[in-house]
Amino acid sequence: MSGFVIRGGTVVDATGTRRGDVAVDDDGTIAAVGEGLEGGDVVDASGCVVAPGLVDLHAHLREPGREEAETVETGSRAAALGGFTAVVAMPNTSPAIDCASVVREVLDLGRSAPCDVHSSGAITVGRAGEQLTPMAEMAELGVRLFTDDGDGVQDAGLMRRALEYASGLPVPVTLAQHCEVAALAAGGHMHEGEWSSRLGIPGQPAESEELMVARDIVLSRLTGMRVHFQHLSTGVSVDLVREAKRRGLAVTAEATTHHFTLTDAEVASYDPLYKVNPPLRPDADVAAVRAGLADGAVDAIATDHAPHTQEAKEQAFDEAPPGMLGLETALALALTELDLPIEQVLALLSWQPAAIAGLSDQHGGPVAVGRPANLCVVDPTETWTVEPTASASRSRNNPYAGRTLTGRVRHTFLFGEPVVLEGDAQR
Amino acid sequence: MSHDLLSVGDLGADGIDEVLQLTDSFVEVSERAIPKVPALRGKTVAWLFYEDSTRTRLSFETAARRLSADVMNFSVASSSVKKGESLRDTVQTIEAMGVDAIVVRHRSAGAPWQVAKWADASVVNAGDGWHEHPTQALLDCYTIRQHLGSCEGRHVAIVGDVKHSRVARSDVLAFTAMGAEVTIVGPPTLLPPSLEGWPVAVSHDLDSVLPKVDIVYLLRMQRERMASGLIPSLREYTARYGLTRRRVDRLGEDALVMHPGPMNRGVEIAADVADLPRSVIVDQVRNGVAVRMAVLYLLLGAGSDKVLTGVEGAS
Ligand SMILES: [Zn+2]
Repeated sequence: MSGFVIRGGTVVDATGTRRGDVAVDDDGTIAAVGEGLEGGDVVDASGCVVAPGLVDLHAHLREPGREEAETVETGSRAAALGGFTAVVAMPNTSPAIDCASVVREVLDLGRSAPCDVHSSGAITVGRAGEQLTPMAEMAELGVRLFTDDGDGVQDAGLMRRALEYASGLPVPVTLAQHCEVAALAAGGHMHEGEWSSRLGIPGQPAESEELMVARDIVLSRLTGMRVHFQHLSTGVSVDLVREAKRRGLAVTAEATTHHFTLTDAEVASYDPLYKVNPPLRPDADVAAVRAGLADGAVDAIATDHAPHTQEAKEQAFDEAPPGMLGLETALALALTELDLPIEQVLALLSWQPAAIAGLSDQHGGPVAVGRPANLCVVDPTETWTVEPTASASRSRNNPYAGRTLTGRVRHTFLFGEPVVLEGDAQR
Repeated sequence: MSHDLLSVGDLGADGIDEVLQLTDSFVEVSERAIPKVPALRGKTVAWLFYEDSTRTRLSFETAARRLSADVMNFSVASSSVKKGESLRDTVQTIEAMGVDAIVVRHRSAGAPWQVAKWADASVVNAGDGWHEHPTQALLDCYTIRQHLGSCEGRHVAIVGDVKHSRVARSDVLAFTAMGAEVTIVGPPTLLPPSLEGWPVAVSHDLDSVLPKVDIVYLLRMQRERMASGLIPSLREYTARYGLTRRRVDRLGEDALVMHPGPMNRGVEIAADVADLPRSVIVDQVRNGVAVRMAVLYLLLGAGSDKVLTGVEGAS
């Protein structure tokens, strides 16, 4: 019978919005949805939205290889606190996730995590851009998203073959691209433009991203394969994807919280907290990313959660590694920064990314009887101040320290288990 | 002057003027038989050099010694970064030794800003990547003032690899703050990708600019720019942007030739041009010591009455 009743909230999922309690069965599924449900322990959700758990298409959990910055366990805890019930771990670990044995290692580490950990797989061996990985053996273990994230696949011929090869796998998979043409971006540590010129920091032009977006759109047409664009950061990139969709091509895209929140002007502090790849862009690009999220050109908000140790970030700007934390702040930033109804924010953070990741059977709702109870309960009006030392992440490279955000995750349920209650991780 | 000297732009016209006026006194000190004053006795100045720079380091070191400061060298081999010590660790190590000022030269833009964030001592930017070199700009202003009376209303052409030049970025800020007009000249591949907000005119044609300027400021042409494909060859660069004898004839009678050194004779400047009377390159080097004395003095703020008094028994 019922383990919990999440009482007093408003249920929001892809099917709509309605008042209702949600009863969660001991077997981890949703037992009932409706008003005035009884039985089991009561979890208060008054004033809150009860939604399908969030899904992050883009998290760097750093394990194996960089456990001093993050582990699958600590990253998953940060994810659960942020309302995520599933994350897709990026493959730029050491060794790279480029074969079944490393996939198995990541999945094993994730089995006890407070979030459902899915592994991506690299497109090329060692992410070196030269030889295709054994995608079939990784797909057999459940990998549905392939990417060389951290780098783009530079060779157009190789990318074409990767798309063609993937189209013959027994399960549908998506190839995702970190769009960055190395010939234009190499040596750049921030967006190339007014600020880089003034600050004397080598830049990478927006065109290094846009060129690869354009290339992969035409490769998607050539091969008939789905391509997902990771962390779009420029106006032209968003326009290219919008136009490709208008033409009926099978492309999807994500944007990160920082690319709709921060601009390259932040780099004037020379604080490597603001170093990230793709780099922070000017106002016009930030506005274009927001517009893309609003009108559907961009399908998902991703975190690109990229933990780094203090030592790594306490270097000169061009010597520090790129990346910033994001799992614990994503939902609140979206609710605070984007002028969108909560239903649309949840679509961008839950059911749309779940579909792209091939996880819709378990994540992203709907909140309905018999479905896995992967849920987040959000108070959309609570304000809170970001305090990096309070993070569950092993790292502290949080660029939002001191910001006051509106909207906070109160509870997170993973297959019926309350992994976060009243904002506290339960394990 | 405030606590640190990071960007010459932070000084403003008044701040620059303050340094230049004090420099006059230190030029006088430098000309004495015993060019030393006790102004910073008991103060310690540390060099934190992440990039080889014998010239700048010697100039600062001479300035500090002439002010009777103790000096401490902390040259960091490029490999130590890879050993895992962060820039912050290094700064804290130096601070623990008890220093009053840290003079930082770093191959990365912005590093002195980070050092200043972590250090209690005054921080002087002695050159950060492509970004700034404030004391170079101050000594350039001083040299112009010495020869032409003031920067006000003067027209300066800064010629060459502006994109990769910390000297150019600081000079643009300082010269324009002091009322000069600046034209930057070079092939588009060696200019910054964006000049938004730069108070300068731009030209790709040196010959047409030369007759209009009071100062032609040549930047050092690094050979690696050719290797990275930014120019086809040094020969073509020299043909279009080198200050040859023929081009000097296009300059006004009193126009100065300046260069931050070290020169590539035969590339950005013809060998015989460097030795013309209008070339004030040696004055720049000489003034560098006095300017850096003024900067250290202003930052470390000893009693002004001591400045010009000689050191008793100094050897
Ligand atoms: Zn990426």
